[in-house]
Amino acid sequence: MRTMTDVLDPAAAPAAVRQLATFVVDGLLCGVDVLTVQEVIRHQTMTPVPCAPRVVEGLINLRGQIVTAIDMRRRLGLPERPDALLSMNVVVRTAEGVVSLLVDEIGDVVEVKPDWFEVTPDTIGATVRTVIDGVYKLSGRLLFIVDVERIASVEGLGD
Amino acid sequence: MNASEIVKEFLVESTENLDALDQAFVALERNPGDSENLGGIFRTIHTIKGTSGFLGYGTLESVAHAGENLLSKLRDGALSFDSAIADALLRVVDVTRGMLESIERGGSDAGGDYSDLIAELEALADGERAAHAAAPVTASAPGPVAASVAPVERAAELELSAVASPAADEPLADDRRTGDDRRAGQDRRGTDAAPALAESSLRVDVTVLDRLMNLVGELVLARNQILQFTATQTDTGFIGASQRLNLVTSELQEGVMKTRMQPIGNLWTKFPRIIRDLSAQCGREVRLEMEGKDTELDKTIIEAIKDPLTHIVRNSVDHGIESPADRIARGKSPQGHLMLRAFHEGGQINIEIADDGAGIDADRVRQKAVSRGIMTAEQAARLNDHEAIKLVFLPGFSTAEKVSNISGRGVGMDVVRTNIERIGGTVDIQSRIGQGTTLRIKIPLTLAIIPALIVNAGRERFAIPQAALVELVRLEAAQAKERLEHVGGATFYRLRGNLLPVITLHRELRVEGGNGDGVVSIVVLNADGRQFGLIVDAISDTEEIVVKPLGKQLKRVNVFAGATIMGDGRVALILDVVGLAQQARVITAMRDRSLSGTGGQESELEAKRDGSALLLFQVGEHGRMAVPLANVARLEEFTSSSIEHSGERRVVQYRGDILPLISLARMFNERETVGQELMQVVVCSADGRSAGLVVDRIVDIVNEPITAKHASARPGVVATAVVQQFVTDLLDVDAVLRTVDEPAPSRAA
Repeated sequence: MRTMTDVLDPAAAPAAVRQLATFVVDGLLCGVDVLTVQEVIRHQTMTPVPCAPRVVEGLINLRGQIVTAIDMRRRLGLPERPDALLSMNVVVRTAEGVVSLLVDEIGDVVEVKPDWFEVTPDTIGATVRTVIDGVYKLSGRLLFIVDVERIASVEGLGD
Repeated sequence: MNASEIVKEFLVESTENLDALDQAFVALERNPGDSENLGGIFRTIHTIKGTSGFLGYGTLESVAHAGENLLSKLRDGALSFDSAIADALLRVVDVTRGMLESIERGGSDAGGDYSDLIAELEALADGERAAHAAAPVTASAPGPVAASVAPVERAAELELSAVASPAADEPLADDRRTGDDRRAGQDRRGTDAAPALAESSLRVDVTVLDRLMNLVGELVLARNQILQFTATQTDTGFIGASQRLNLVTSELQEGVMKTRMQPIGNLWTKFPRIIRDLSAQCGREVRLEMEGKDTELDKTIIEAIKDPLTHIVRNSVDHGIESPADRIARGKSPQGHLMLRAFHEGGQINIEIADDGAGIDADRVRQKAVSRGIMTAEQAARLNDHEAIKLVFLPGFSTAEKVSNISGRGVGMDVVRTNIERIGGTVDIQSRIGQGTTLRIKIPLTLAIIPALIVNAGRERFAIPQAALVELVRLEAAQAKERLEHVGGATFYRLRGNLLPVITLHRELRVEGGNGDGVVSIVVLNADGRQFGLIVDAISDTEEIVVKPLGKQLKRVNVFAGATIMGDGRVALILDVVGLAQQARVITAMRDRSLSGTGGQESELEAKRDGSALLLFQVGEHGRMAVPLANVARLEEFTSSSIEHSGERRVVQYRGDILPLISLARMFNERETVGQELMQVVVCSADGRSAGLVVDRIVDIVNEPITAKHASARPGVVATAVVQQFVTDLLDVDAVLRTVDEPAPSRAA
């Protein structure tokens, strides 16, 4: 099995073919290593947590386990999701415990080759850059690699 | 036999290990070069040797020691494994097993003479093959009489009872070289009485229990859901089934919780040793008494109170109990008495640690507090003894004259208190000088499932742990308007004469809320020994909830202690009462004041009760004045249009009566602020008179000890003092109110 550093170190271009679970956040195609994904579930009712950082949308009951849901739009500094668009949950395992990433749409599992990889372009906004490890050039589309560890870490989750 | 927990554990563990050894030896015989296996065997024998030596089973120790010597030679490669060595080592296993069984029943390991076996092992270790041939023959079962003679030095300490014990010779009578015979021996025993300890208990991984506990938590939730549903059903069969489910679930919950329960005695067993060592070091004589050893507590709680309890016990011996000479001089018996007591009370565990030592000198605590700059001498003097003694729970406080290597290890009483409060417990200290000190700890039985009150704020439900709950108050809209008082941005409720700071949950949580109908529900809570009121939108029910931790992303949100899943499957947050009070500054403010001010926990409220709290207000542009809060009936605001005149005096209609108003500004020749739409009035009563004092601005309620007090010659002023760094006139309420009877001062004045 690959270690965390293989997958997550932004400086190290991946050496092997990777499988990424993809999802869309405000038109942005993002991907996380398929092995970190525990499950993908439809929209869940959530309990908001007052006084919590804004990126924490609430808590969901995942078969008895209480999971923090993080809004990816807010985490990436993107515009708020329209009310009509129900968020989907990408439940990922991280060192900080299981968290759910709230996204707009679930995509396919994509296999990417190392030579498609590129470091995050400088033109990408600063908020996004902090949690993006790099980009894969798919045919006609860019796939942003999301660093789930940094997404879930307490640093960067300001109010 | 009074087999202590340690011995029981030793027996269970060793028996398991020995069973594994049988297999290991067989495997080793097949593959003599397996150094890993050999290392494992060595460690097992070494452990048995060490533990039996520690527990005083000398015979067992000596056998294990000889075996270990032989094994270490094998391990180092000085000898190679062969069947002769295997035989000898297997005999060590069998003999050990026999002794363990004997200990389990008779309490002694010294039922036989093993010098032959030991000699053989030694010979093998020395590489002498010759001795081996004769050995098995001579290793016959020695009579019990011979046994009692051989280990003479053991006789005294082990109360050798080999003659009377039928168990002692049984394993020796067997031919110990074959496993079959041993099994036969077990079968024989199996026919009589209770199964052996090792067979009746089972080691279970704690994670398995935790998982079970979680599942039971889920079941409890599902049960709650079904019970809710049942209330709407009429089918008797279904109702019956759900009632049975209810009962079984409760019993299962209890049963699973029980698996996690351990007697507090497990924790206490190390105290005799600690106390023995400490007494020797400090030159004390201490008699330790323990009561309620069987009181059971959740494993996590046992872990949590281990360090605090040890610290308290150390403190008692080191600082509490005096040296024998001192004790005699004080007319006490030279031997100090330390009492540990544990018992259930009201769903909580109470633990008391009481010594009959020197006690804590409240005056010395006061001096210490002053010299450490924690409070001023006057502040210290105002504390009653109990409050003063409680200062030892403040950080950085030690009354020990000298820091010995026993105390001063960085675990102060403040850490004790923090640790106990972290698990939802409380600790109190009582001490009488010359008579001793008693610490009382109250802790919940378990942390996993707790009773909680469910309240609403905004659209969400929140759970409040019942342990923090004091009482519930419901005020109708009219009452609420009358009895909730607003002073300088803070709200107070007068609860049986005490001013209770009140906060509103939805405002603290910054969510939309309020219930529209004007009814106010106040949950009176106890945070850290202080009470405050929490206004919630609605109070729904009490429920058993399963506490689940919050993700690390939320650890900085300190108003919540965790979350739980409600009957409808939704998540509800559990309020952290202390965190909430701190965020709302109802206790930080008080705590700050208690550190710089009065120190005692309840002193804030007590002070109000005994009348030393002051209401501060401003008169004119600069004048600061104060009246005792005890004389203040209410704080009111009157519009200038509601003011009427009776002769020269200004009055208002107030609660069906006529309330005369006294302008303090005029009375004390301050410039009266004119043209204010709303008049701030302090309604005072004293001596049966009531009047409204017109002031410019209410400043605060303080409970500060008064420094630099000067008697005043001015009429209507008792004294002048510095309060909150301002020169403040303390009003003579009686005198001021009496002016109502006098002709009102002319307006021109």
